[in-house]
Amino acid sequence: MNLHEFQAKEILARRGVRVPAGRIAWSAEEAEAVARELAAQRFAVKAQILAGGRGQAGGVKFAATSDTVRSAAQSLIGSTLVTRQTGPEGRKVKRVYVEEAVSTSRDIYVAALVDRRAGCPMLIGVSEGGEDVEERIARDENAVRRLPLPLDGSQPAEDDLRDFAASLVGQDGPVEKAVDILRVLASALGELDATLIEINPLALTKGGDLIVVDAKLTLDDNALFRHPDLQALRDEDEQDAVEFEAQRHDINFVRMDGDIGVVVNGAGLALATHDMLRDAGGAPANFMDIRTTATSLQIAKGIGLLLANPGVKVLLINVHGGGMTSCDTIVEALSIAMRWSGRRVPVVFRAAGQNAGYAEKMMVDRRIPHEAAKTIQDAVRLAVAQAGKRAA
Amino acid sequence: MAILVDPDTKVIVQGMTGRAGTFYTAQMIDYGTRVLGGVRPGKGGQRHLMLPVFDSARQARAETEANASIVFVPAERAAAAMIEAIEAELDVVVCVTERVPVHDMLKVRAALRGSKTKLVGPNSQGVLSPGSCKLGVMATVDAKKGPVGIVSRSASLTSEIVAQTTAAGMGQSTTIGIGGDPVHGIGFSDCLELFMADEDTKAVVLIGEIGGSDEEEAAEYLSRNKATKPVIALVAGRHAPPERRMGHAGAFQMFSRGDAAAKIERLREAGVIIAPDAQSVAPKLREALTEKVS
Repeated sequence: MNLHEFQAKEILARRGVRVPAGRIAWSAEEAEAVARELAAQRFAVKAQILAGGRGQAGGVKFAATSDTVRSAAQSLIGSTLVTRQTGPEGRKVKRVYVEEAVSTSRDIYVAALVDRRAGCPMLIGVSEGGEDVEERIARDENAVRRLPLPLDGSQPAEDDLRDFAASLVGQDGPVEKAVDILRVLASALGELDATLIEINPLALTKGGDLIVVDAKLTLDDNALFRHPDLQALRDEDEQDAVEFEAQRHDINFVRMDGDIGVVVNGAGLALATHDMLRDAGGAPANFMDIRTTATSLQIAKGIGLLLANPGVKVLLINVHGGGMTSCDTIVEALSIAMRWSGRRVPVVFRAAGQNAGYAEKMMVDRRIPHEAAKTIQDAVRLAVAQAGKRAA
Repeated sequence: MAILVDPDTKVIVQGMTGRAGTFYTAQMIDYGTRVLGGVRPGKGGQRHLMLPVFDSARQARAETEANASIVFVPAERAAAAMIEAIEAELDVVVCVTERVPVHDMLKVRAALRGSKTKLVGPNSQGVLSPGSCKLGVMATVDAKKGPVGIVSRSASLTSEIVAQTTAAGMGQSTTIGIGGDPVHGIGFSDCLELFMADEDTKAVVLIGEIGGSDEEEAAEYLSRNKATKPVIALVAGRHAPPERRMGHAGAFQMFSRGDAAAKIERLREAGVIIAPDAQSVAPKLREALTEKVS
C-alpha cells in the first residue's frame, strides 16, 4: 500500500524530521486560505496522486502570492495528470498540498528499503538526487551508496552511519543532521512494516539545513493487520475499481487493453501464458492469477469481470490443476459466471494436471461451447485465431 | 538419491490441525511420506489423523526424531513457527504459508545465520522427490522418478513443466519451489549446488520470472562454478507490463534490476540453455540429455 506525499511527510515529521510547513486543500479557496496562513515567501502547490513523475508532468506549481496559489490550485484540482507512472489514462487530481517552497543548494536522495537481493534492510543514498536520479544511476551505478542494516531492526554502528551521511552531504556538510534523519529512516522501516521509505529530494539548503521536499512510503500489505492506524490511510479512490474487486475475491488482476480475456491459476503460469500469447500476436485484456485459496464462487466473480468488459472477444482458459485448485473448480466457476452474465463469448479451454479429464467432460456435459486445446501453444493459437475472426 | 528429501526423511507438521494442515498432511501420508506427528501449541497430547500432536517443534523433534518439518501456520504466526523449527535444528523446513510480513522474514533470516537448517519458502509448494517423499502441497499425478532436477519460483508453472517432462519420457529427481516472496530461504544457487552434487540428477531446469534477483544470483554462481550438468532456464514475464509502481523510480526496480531480458542475458552468458517459452523446456532438455550421452 502506498501513502500520499502529505501522509508520508506527516509521519516523518512526527518522528522529528524537518518538513516544510504545509496543509492539504480540496479547493482553490481552501488553497488560498492555507497560503495566507503559512505566510511564506514562496509556495509549492502539489497534486496529491499516488504516482511518481508529478514534477515533470506539471503536477507541481510554484507561486509567490496567495492569489497565484489559488489559480495554481484551480488549474490542478479536477484535472487529469498523466505521468510516466500513471499510464495513458492518467489520474484525476482531487486535492493539492500547499507548502512553503524550499530553496535548495543541492538535492540528495535517501531511502530505507528491504533489499531482496541481500535479504536485509538497507539505507540507500545518492548525493545528487532529484527527479532525474533514475537516469543518473543508470549511467553510473557507482553513484549509489549502500549501508546494510542489522536484521533485528537495531541501528547500524555509529561510525558506519556517520561515514554514510558524510558521503551524501560532504565532510563539511551537516553530517549530524543527516545522521539523525538516517536513524529515523532505519527505525521507521521496521516499526511501520514499510518496504520503502524514500526521501527525494532531501534539500540541502544554503544555511546548512536538511529539509524533506518529497517523500514516498510503501507499506507491506501483508503486515497491515498489525497497523490499523496506517490501514485507515488507504485511499480507495486511487485504486482501480476492477482490480480492487478481483483482489477482494483472492484473485490478482491487472487490467490491460487487449481483446483476449485470460484465466490462469498461479502467477508463474499466468506470466508464461502471456508471453506465449503475445509471441503469437495476441493481445491480452488482463493478467489474472487465481490464488490457491480461491473458491469457485470467487473465481466466478473474477471471470465475471472479464465477461462484463465488452472489449473481451474470447476467453482463454489455461489451468494446471494441483493442490487445492483442481481443474473442475475452474469449470464450475466458468459456468456460474456465464449464467450470471448471460453473455456468451467463444472459449478456448486447456486443462492439465489434477482432474483435467473430468473438467473437460464437465465442459461438454454443461454444454459450454468451447474449443479444447491439449497444449498451451495450441490454446494460444486458437485464441488468437478467434480474436482475429471477431475483429474482421 | 535426490536432494533435500528422500525415503528416510521424517516429518513433523506445524499447524497440522488446521484446515490446510489436515488436508495436505493426509495427502502426504497417502503419498508415502513418513509423517511422525504434528505441532499445535495448546493441543499437545492429543491425536490428529492418528498421529501424536505436540506443543512445540522442539518437543516433537525430541520425541519423534524427526529431521524435517512443513509449516501451515497462519501468516501472523508463521515466522515464529519457522524460528522454532530452526532452533529445534531440523535439517529441512518447508513453509507453505502465503503473505508472511517481510519484516518477520528478516527475523527468520537472522535465526538462519549459523544454523544448519535449510529453509524452503515461505509461499512455497514444497519439495517433491517422486516415488519417495512429498514435503509439500503440489499435485503428484504427473510426477515420475527420473533424471531432471527442477527448481522454481512458481508452483503452477512447475506442475506444467513436470507434466511435460514426464510426458516426454523423462522423470524428475527432485522438484523444489523456493517460493514467490521477496525475502526467503534457500535460493536458486543453493539448489544448483545440491543438484550438481546429486548422482541421480542429470540435468537441471530453473524456472524463474521477473522481479527479484534469484536468476542473477544463479548466473553468478554458474559463472564461478563450472556446471557439471546441463542447466535449462525458463524466465516467465518477457511481455509483462512494467509494474505499476510508485516513487521517482520505485526503488525495488531501480536498485535490484529484475526485468526478464536482463535475466535471460545473464543466464545465457553463464552457459545456461534458454527455453524461450513454457512449451520448449522438454524439447531443450531432451536435446541436452541426448548430447550428453553421445
